[in-house]
Amino acid sequence: MSATAVHAEPSFFRKYLWATDHKVIAMQYFFTGMFMALVGGFLAYVFRMQLANPGQNVPGYGVVTPNEYNSLVTLHGTIMIFWVAMPMLIAAFGNFLIPLMIGCDDMAFPRINRLSYQIFFLSAVVILSSFFVPGGPFGGAWTAYPPLSAKGAYNLAPWGASVWLLAVALEFVAFLLGGINFVVTTMNGRAPGMKMFDIPIVVWMIVVASIIFMFSVGPLVAGAVMLLFDQLLGTGFYDPTRGGDPLLWQHLFWFFGHPEVYVVLLPAMGIVADVLAVFARKKLFGYRTILYTTWAVGVLGFVVWAHHQFVAGIDPRMANVFTVTTLIISIPVTEMCFVYIATLYGGSIRFTTPMLWALAFIAEFLIGGVTGIFLGSSGTDIYLHDTYFVIAHFHYTFVPIAIIAVFAGIYYWYPKMFGRMLNETWGKIHFWGSIVGFNLAFIPMFMTGLAGDPRRYFNYSQFAEQATPALQHLRMLSTGGLLIFIPFQFIFLINFFWSLRHGKQAEMNPWHANTLEWTVPSPPPHGNFAEMPTVYRGPYEYGAPGRAADFWPQNEPAYNLGGDD
Amino acid sequence: MTSKPIATGRTAAGLPTARLVVWWVVASEIFIFGGLLASYVMHRLGHPEWAFQAAHTNTWAGAFNTLVLLTSSLFAVLGHKAADSGDGPRAARLLRLTALGGLTFLCVKAFEWTHEIREGFVLSSGGFWSFYYTAAGLHAAHVMVGMIILLVVAADAARNQELHRVECIGIYWHFVDIIWIFLFPLLYIAR
Repeated sequence: MSATAVHAEPSFFRKYLWATDHKVIAMQYFFTGMFMALVGGFLAYVFRMQLANPGQNVPGYGVVTPNEYNSLVTLHGTIMIFWVAMPMLIAAFGNFLIPLMIGCDDMAFPRINRLSYQIFFLSAVVILSSFFVPGGPFGGAWTAYPPLSAKGAYNLAPWGASVWLLAVALEFVAFLLGGINFVVTTMNGRAPGMKMFDIPIVVWMIVVASIIFMFSVGPLVAGAVMLLFDQLLGTGFYDPTRGGDPLLWQHLFWFFGHPEVYVVLLPAMGIVADVLAVFARKKLFGYRTILYTTWAVGVLGFVVWAHHQFVAGIDPRMANVFTVTTLIISIPVTEMCFVYIATLYGGSIRFTTPMLWALAFIAEFLIGGVTGIFLGSSGTDIYLHDTYFVIAHFHYTFVPIAIIAVFAGIYYWYPKMFGRMLNETWGKIHFWGSIVGFNLAFIPMFMTGLAGDPRRYFNYSQFAEQATPALQHLRMLSTGGLLIFIPFQFIFLINFFWSLRHGKQAEMNPWHANTLEWTVPSPPPHGNFAEMPTVYRGPYEYGAPGRAADFWPQNEPAYNLGGDD
Repeated sequence: MTSKPIATGRTAAGLPTARLVVWWVVASEIFIFGGLLASYVMHRLGHPEWAFQAAHTNTWAGAFNTLVLLTSSLFAVLGHKAADSGDGPRAARLLRLTALGGLTFLCVKAFEWTHEIREGFVLSSGGFWSFYYTAAGLHAAHVMVGMIILLVVAADAARNQELHRVECIGIYWHFVDIIWIFLFPLLYIAR
């Protein structure tokens, strides 16, 4: 009896809107994330236009007021991290890939999975609704430091601040539910024969990321409740005049906020690992090294948070400790990058679009990582803190993570998700346009940051030292980079939606990959596997000696062995 | 209703999925309460004068509640034992007794809070009271959720269905109990 027969085709409502099928939920996250990316991108466009041409009309928006500017910056950061990077990297790819890659038909708790998306969707509606509340959306930065965030009299958005907090808290709940589901599914739902070291790296990384999220977000959940009470019920948890401490929020926030960087970094690293091995046609170099460094990043990620607070008045001796831990965590991350480069060495590289994105990830992320060394060292950070250098640095980490690696994943798994191939030529045009635009947008920020441009300034013309033509030209160059970047995303969108109907029909395994999702039809039917697979080997057996084919699917029984082994 | 996905029944890690997930829930909850309690302890160390506020709490009521919760946890264990031996109705009775313990706990809590609020100590009356009501309130919310789940699981167990859930809710209830074991000395006894 085939599994497809057991799973009868459900009605439209059950299939797409009330679904428990992990693939449908993945798509719900995917399209919600994509929509939110457009919103976040539009916000960036508006405030970059304001910085390039202060006080002038922004086409499609109007004149930006100082308060609106703060809200735009805040919502851009919040949306891009919580409603784009998280749903795309963790939820969309996690939901789609985990059951397929471990050889299972669904998540361990399909209905909790549905609930997690519904809460996430609600959180997205709540954050978008904050644009329409009295006083406008919250403008106290995505870090929401009190006392600014705690008092409506300071942030001028008493509604916006609480709605913002509520939306973020709902998002946390959604990802706690989802994360527990991912971890349990991977632990218990694996196909017979799939041992610890046979799990594809991307699955490992999503699982480790979910665990990091679970353990880092807990204190901030408590902290968010406390901030909400400060806002609405008159408590003084963060008010020093009433026995509270605003630094407490900074600790709770960054105890989550820094591990959060690794929560989104790891799935991106995982996607890149899988794409690299497939298109280098070579066994992933140092599978176990990658796994151990992943765990090292996960553990060390919990002891670096105060490097965000070097100038916040923390004990200088503590700053020394956090400088050391921060420099230490760069070791496992660097190790991962080296191992990826070693995978390329001696490979038979195919420069497909997903491979280009994966290679770009390594190159661009290295820039983000190296500049992080300056910010992680308390001495240099005192100068660079809250300048555009910081913005350039974390965009060189977050853009490779949430944009470049996500595109690597989309171009790679699109055939499996939708049963059609994306157009390669347009994919490469999209790639080069995006990469050029991205670097043009952020390299000038390193320079303006070093020249002392502070973050979150609405208009530099009032500050004699920052109002020089040289600096303003750099700011305009940066906006110009964004204006190059954005149109190329429409090329992607057209390619995406056009290919849904008109793309070349995808075969079962167009990239000749080994992992289990490529052993089922594209797109996979409800229930995934006609016959539940058994796993015989690791996921990266490319170019095994003595075999005619250069790949070796995980579920292929060993009697097809070529001779040696 | 179509049949359940294969995923829900697999146990590749050697541990039933339901029990595994409860442990993960408990682990993530530990970090929520851990963050709150760590914040409280740090503040408390920095504010020795909070001891004068803490002196207004009713230590005897807190001690009684500790006893009530510990006893209810005993019923949860006995319920697990009954479920293991396949005696669903007995397990259901014991789970309902556990929930009754939760109800007693909440009643005592209500009595305490009424008294304190009448004395003028409310959520916004200063650092200690903010932490007191927030931490105990978060815990009480967990007690309420636990009671609801206890009763739902008991209803199934009474018909000898889903007996494995008796153990799962037991784990959660013990966790709620242990959180109280931390809260009681930190909020009531420490002077």
